[in-house]
Amino acid sequence: MDAFVNRFKGTTALWSDESSMLGDFGSYDAVKEFSHPVFEIPAYQNANCTDEKSDSECHIKIEHGTTTLAFKFQGGIMVAVDSRASAGNYIASQTVKKVIEINPYLLGTMAGGAADCQFWQRELGKHCRLYELRNRERISVAAASKLLANMVYPYKRMGISMGTMVTGWDKTGPNLFYVDSDGSRYKNDVFSVGSGSPYAYGVLDSGLDYELSTNDAIELARRSIYHATYRDAASGGYVRIYHVKEQGWEFIGLHDVGNLHWEYQGL
Amino acid sequence: MNFTDFYNETLTSVPTERSFYPYEANGGTALAIAGEDFCVVASDTRQSNGYLINARYAPKAFKMSEKAVLANSGFAADGNALVRRLTQRMQWYKHSHEKEMSITALAQLLSNTLYFKRFFPFYTQVLLGGVNENGIVYSFDPIGSYGSENCRAVGTAASLIQPFLDNQVEFKNVQIVEKPRLTLDRALCIAKDAFTSATERDIYTGDHLEIFIIKQDGVTTESYPLKRD
Repeated sequence: MDAFVNRFKGTTALWSDESSMLGDFGSYDAVKEFSHPVFEIPAYQNANCTDEKSDSECHIKIEHGTTTLAFKFQGGIMVAVDSRASAGNYIASQTVKKVIEINPYLLGTMAGGAADCQFWQRELGKHCRLYELRNRERISVAAASKLLANMVYPYKRMGISMGTMVTGWDKTGPNLFYVDSDGSRYKNDVFSVGSGSPYAYGVLDSGLDYELSTNDAIELARRSIYHATYRDAASGGYVRIYHVKEQGWEFIGLHDVGNLHWEYQGL
Repeated sequence: MNFTDFYNETLTSVPTERSFYPYEANGGTALAIAGEDFCVVASDTRQSNGYLINARYAPKAFKMSEKAVLANSGFAADGNALVRRLTQRMQWYKHSHEKEMSITALAQLLSNTLYFKRFFPFYTQVLLGGVNENGIVYSFDPIGSYGSENCRAVGTAASLIQPFLDNQVEFKNVQIVEKPRLTLDRALCIAKDAFTSATERDIYTGDHLEIFIIKQDGVTTESYPLKRD
């Protein structure tokens, strides 16, 4: 407990210096928290032991494969994701929560390494809360997404895999950003991320209209994910839908892809 | 040519390949089933390396508190190191807060512990079973991604047991109107059947079955023999 308190105790002076604010926010002290092999191991690459393509005898399989999407419309932002996690050709789980609730106003989505997304978005949640306490106002989506991008950038090419959409409603209105572990950060009205994204884009682009009603937007999101799960073997399970509104996000629903199939067949 | 020249020019110029792999796969299987007011965690006790059976009684499941049991599968050394780390952190928590860690807190701690070794991972898949208000199961991948589930199998026979659990515990894709409530007796029967069947088809599963039953009033254990071939 003391160690925890001390981490924040001495920092008051530091925060009064405006210029150091974002810099210190963005960096995570790797030397303190992360452990690496303490000795040099010949022919052993750190990035390789969790890499999908490496094929050693007891290779560590981590969960991969996804379809996620989000788009802006007149009622805010619609977010929809699938729920499958595959490790190699084994379906590790059909009930993954790929929408990460950072706080009541911010959502993140999960594509790529499940642990990488979960850990860094929880870390982002902590920084967003600290920002609120220091500045007496909520962080903007632009700032939050940049915080995330800056946090993971120092680990570039070390094997972290994260493709995420950060969405929310701030004083500028609804906002949608794409952030990944390569360091990219884009702002746009529509994104789809993951192995099933080409299929999702196909359906999404054909039906997208800013003036869509909320119910039509929900249906478009649901149908896009469904069609992605139909063609992409690494996506499946359930469609999980969230709606970002001025009052914060709202969970819309969870739909079994198995039932959706018969629904879209008209049966 | 003197020795030094010979050494420098001949011996050191030979291309050498060195390799070191810090991990081993020790096999074994663990499963956890959450009920309304209980949780069942079961694991076999065989530890192997390739076709060699190292030990017939090397437990993979450990009681962490009166309300939580951790089971792991993968590299036994990493699994044991992880359990020791967690046990110490739980001890510190107990001394500074004068209460035992809740299962939700333990799950988050375990996730962080695994992720802090993101670049040199613990080669182990972890299940955490326990009770808070209800029975609960958390499953973890080797680098700390986690979620709560009703039932889960990990380890070498996971792909044999998980479909059985999906069918018998969750009634996935079964067309029945009312799904019966899972009783402790039924959960125990499912766990035993899962392991006797897995022992028949997985060379890394066998010897003994250890079952932990976690309820509000504490943890009890049961042990059953499995085939040793």
